[in-house]
Amino acid sequence: MLGYLFYILSGLTILTAIMMIAARNPVHSVLYLIATFFMVSGQYLLMNAQFLFVVNIIVYAGAIMVLFLFVLMLLNLNKETEPQKSMKTKLAGVIAGGLLLITLLGALIKGNVSSENLPITDIGLVKNLGRVLFTDFVVPFEISSVLFLSAMVGAILVGKRHNGETEVISE
Amino acid sequence: MKSLTNRSIEVSNKKMTLMERIYLPAVIGGLFITLKHLFMKGATIKYPEQTRPVSNVYRGKHVLKRDDKGAERCTACGLCAVACPAEAITMTSAERQKGEEGLYREEKYATVYEINMLRCIFCGLCESACPKEAIFLTTEILPANFEREDFIYGKDRLVEQIDKRIDVSKRQTMEVVTQKFND
Amino acid sequence: MSTLLIIKIVIILIIFTITLVAAMYSTYMERKVAAGIQDRIGPDRAGPWGIFQPLADGGKMFFKEDFIPGKSEKWLFILAPGLAMFTACMTGAIIPWGGTVTLFGETFNLQIANIDIGILYIMGFVSIGVYGIMIGGWASNNKYSLYGAVRASSQMISYELAMGLAILAIVMSTGSLNLGDIVEAQKGGQWNVFYQPLAFLLFLVCAFAECNRAPFDMAECESELIGGYHTEYSSMKLGFFLFAEYINMFISSAVISVLFFGGYNFPFMHDLGLSANAITFIGVGVFFAKILFFIFFFMWVRWTLPRFRYDQLMQLGWKALIPLAVINLMITGGWLMFKGDLLAMITKMF
Repeated sequence: MLGYLFYILSGLTILTAIMMIAARNPVHSVLYLIATFFMVSGQYLLMNAQFLFVVNIIVYAGAIMVLFLFVLMLLNLNKETEPQKSMKTKLAGVIAGGLLLITLLGALIKGNVSSENLPITDIGLVKNLGRVLFTDFVVPFEISSVLFLSAMVGAILVGKRHNGETEVISE
Repeated sequence: MKSLTNRSIEVSNKKMTLMERIYLPAVIGGLFITLKHLFMKGATIKYPEQTRPVSNVYRGKHVLKRDDKGAERCTACGLCAVACPAEAITMTSAERQKGEEGLYREEKYATVYEINMLRCIFCGLCESACPKEAIFLTTEILPANFEREDFIYGKDRLVEQIDKRIDVSKRQTMEVVTQKFND
Repeated sequence: MSTLLIIKIVIILIIFTITLVAAMYSTYMERKVAAGIQDRIGPDRAGPWGIFQPLADGGKMFFKEDFIPGKSEKWLFILAPGLAMFTACMTGAIIPWGGTVTLFGETFNLQIANIDIGILYIMGFVSIGVYGIMIGGWASNNKYSLYGAVRASSQMISYELAMGLAILAIVMSTGSLNLGDIVEAQKGGQWNVFYQPLAFLLFLVCAFAECNRAPFDMAECESELIGGYHTEYSSMKLGFFLFAEYINMFISSAVISVLFFGGYNFPFMHDLGLSANAITFIGVGVFFAKILFFIFFFMWVRWTLPRFRYDQLMQLGWKALIPLAVINLMITGGWLMFKGDLLAMITKMF
């Protein structure tokens, strides 16, 4: 039962991911990407990683992709405004993508990927995950939060008005 | 500039105090005002079942009166049409034939008598101009309609029905009649 | 099939029906409350006191012309109202509508799914609830719709943060993300609203914003954007959008009751000497009374306050609510950490 669900979900994940790349309209691409995120969340749920499932939906599908969609809708990109890439850029893109594909394929073939079913553990539950994060991995966890803090400070610095610029919206 | 009334208030752009900026006291005050209104009696009059009380001389839909024997009083003199400031009234007259004495009181009568209710301003001048006490305004409210043509009221809708007489005695008081004939 | 499975399916059907009926009659209640506040009578023609008005409205919605604009994205245009309705209905699955019942030899909760990540699940569905509006607004290919969609998305992202931080204070003091546990922790009049009044206020304001209700109905403000994201919608597609809004309101009221007002708990529930099943059923009634009150409160506020301006909305969200929520979180954390020391200090002082 769960095995079939896994294959269906995987198939849909790959399908929506391909559709995301193939779609001409950027908004459609984003919508397919959101669908992909949902499929991936479903995979997390199959692995009994409830926390990752919900956080993936809240953070990626619920916040980041909303912002993406927001920007794309405001830009209103369509066929007429699509920038024409030169032949050279296209060729560079194909080569770069092909190299990545070869690397991934090579890693998959040479690497030791076990096909046996991983045992379903309770590590993905909120309680266990929290305990692990705050005991075994407390230093990396805090360091990553410092990273986020610095990113936030950087964003504020970029967005801040410089001296001399007048305030646009008065209160 | 000197103000014409003493009701004008100088606009001030003063900084709001902290209490005002928290905004919640004002919100709660507003909520209680609306809550008070929830328990007030509504001002609605449920129209078809209830009607607003109107004056005896309310100027609503017109009626062409018949006399006591059921004959039409109108003699198509055209004074109402002349008096009408909105030019809403038109009529065609004809002579009464032998044997029609029961239908028309005078020797001349209106074959067509039309009031365009879209033009009519319900001023009641036709009522006071009429020398034969034939046209009156009633307390009935003019109904709405879908077509412009349906607002042109002919004799079929204006002349009072014999079995459904309309009482105009409240508006045709002695004072009204004497004043009308003194003018 | 086991008895438990059948019972769960019955509960799902009942809750789904109740959600839809509650949303339907919310429209009626909204019109009545609006009328009352404005000294009018409201709908009173369809049936006694107009109680069949929602049915008449629904019938009208079905028979209206279903128009799809020529230059719209047809499939997304059709998908959007369904998505809005789906996300609105899904949240009802984890609300604990009542305590445990023993029927047919089975003991079960009046809840569709008692999952450990209940609050995160709510946050998840709240955060993807905006897609129905965004896709609908963009697919309409109308600038007013797009404005509405863009406003809705930025508003929802901004208020989600304050909402999450407000809930976190509750989670910290209860020590669980499970809605059933949160309700059980409030037994005996220990309602969270008495311990976390600031969190309640923040959550309430954010709930208004997340439901796109006045005074934060920027996404569909008639005076500026015609109808906002549903300008181009007609017939039952429009009905779905409006319906989803009322379902959201119903679910929000339920969540507020669960998180802050003890859910199905009521005072002296164990002192009256009633049987367990009787307590549960009275509890369900009490829960719905609480929900009804909050639905009324939503309407009451809508017909009292004028709409915020857009920059005021953003300022309130980012500069007032989020700092307050963080302060509340810190106070809660400090209290939980040093509760013992503080109490000892106070007793030593006196």
